[in-house]
Amino acid sequence: MSTGTTKLDVVVSDVVPVNDLVTRFHFRRRDGELLPTFSGGAHVVVEMRDGDRTRLNPYSLMGSPLDTREYTISIRRDDVGRGGSLFMHRQVKPGLEMVISYPVNLFSLDLRAKKHLMLAGGIGITPFMAQTSQLAGAGGNFELHYTCRTASLGTYADVLRERYGSRVRLYHDDREERIDLDRLLSSQPLGTHLYVCGPAGMINWVRDRAASLGWPSETVHFEHFAAPQPGAPFDVTLAVSGKTIRVGEQQSLLEAIEAAGVDPPYLCRGGVCGQCETNVISSDGKFIHNDHWLSEEDHRSGCKIMPCVSRFEGKSLVLER
Amino acid sequence: MAAKTIISRPIYGTLSPQPGKHHLFIADAEGAVAITDMAGKAPSGFFGSAEIVFIPGPEGKHIAALEALKPAQLHVAPSFASLLPRLRQTLTNAHMGLRLYLAGTEGLIGQAMQAALEAGIDHTSMQTEQRGSLARRMQCVHCKGITENVTTQPATCAHCGLLLLVRDHYSRRLAAFQGVCINAEDRSEIPPMEEAFP
Repeated sequence: MSTGTTKLDVVVSDVVPVNDLVTRFHFRRRDGELLPTFSGGAHVVVEMRDGDRTRLNPYSLMGSPLDTREYTISIRRDDVGRGGSLFMHRQVKPGLEMVISYPVNLFSLDLRAKKHLMLAGGIGITPFMAQTSQLAGAGGNFELHYTCRTASLGTYADVLRERYGSRVRLYHDDREERIDLDRLLSSQPLGTHLYVCGPAGMINWVRDRAASLGWPSETVHFEHFAAPQPGAPFDVTLAVSGKTIRVGEQQSLLEAIEAAGVDPPYLCRGGVCGQCETNVISSDGKFIHNDHWLSEEDHRSGCKIMPCVSRFEGKSLVLER
Repeated sequence: MAAKTIISRPIYGTLSPQPGKHHLFIADAEGAVAITDMAGKAPSGFFGSAEIVFIPGPEGKHIAALEALKPAQLHVAPSFASLLPRLRQTLTNAHMGLRLYLAGTEGLIGQAMQAALEAGIDHTSMQTEQRGSLARRMQCVHCKGITENVTTQPATCAHCGLLLLVRDHYSRRLAAFQGVCINAEDRSEIPPMEEAFP
């Protein structure tokens, strides 16, 4: 059960290859009405019905929040993931009817900011596509620093440069271009908010430097959807519903719970929102925590798990579900 | 420390050194002691990137103690109103990495916070510590006039003269507690006035 969201019946209106790794998908409502309003940074959870298994992955909306005739998402192909992105790239064609969640924003702009400083890495550019559109439409003050591997993999770098000129700065790994992060962070006017979206290593680096340089945590916003990682299969007992289930190698714990007919709350399915937090009744083994929600203390305690992204290895695990 | 009665009633903490590139302290009277107490916990060289703006008040104490911390700058001001233009200028030119520490009376903390909020600092990002008088800055909800240094309950509005109940309801935007007429039904009813905020 998705908390606070209802489903949208949509049809794929376009599929556009952007570069070697990234493809863009456009959705419209099947009834022809406008889609719900959203704000920059919002994501939707896309239901991928692949034969008899269903994957649900979150993707940031990248279109302008000023235009809700369609939603657009961009997906980077992950050849070693659980297959969600491969399904989208290979199976999804214009005209396919799909179901997506209402948009949810866990990475919204703080509009009290005097200035918005955005740092993107790779496919982490997508929420900023929507945020920059939103800010540009309202005369907002922003600056975007975008790191990509090569110019040809700099997804939408050309579009952003065209739209915003020198407000967008590009860094190419293959040309050894690096953000001078300390200087960038120290030269921002008071009242600036920082937004970072990209690989976990980049987010941790930026958060760490910002904290050291005196950026209050209230001014640092980040989003990292930890896509559920595959792993060794394991068995789980759901104490409340009295079921014992097996979590498959390519399945997340949350998906396995749902497949057993139990309907726990969820929202982001990426380890950030906290909705699917589940109490552990007993365990004998090792937790593989992949979320950004629980505290380190919670992780060590072995009393809680985020089933959307985390796994378990060991003899037994009993959950309060 | 003031007890939490309603959600808007500010709660103050204890100053502690924050990571940052510049440290701006604003204090009045006994607030200086909060700074010197904090200095014991600060890393060496901390005050080399610190500016202290201090309103000593009528007793004129603590200036030497603040000088002894060897801050990069110590500015002594006769009143909050006199330091406000300078504070606004400092905040306008400041960069991220500036940390703000407010210590002393609620009126001082509230008014400095008001200027800092306008400059884009979130109130939860500021260090605050209440010291000295508990006197309140009060806005009369009827005439909107602000009365400084209210120590009694009820209190008389310095502008319209109504007798006001000083509430715990606080406005960060106005940096003032709300005062509401205590005898609106019958003005001849005069409740006893007590020293409530010494």
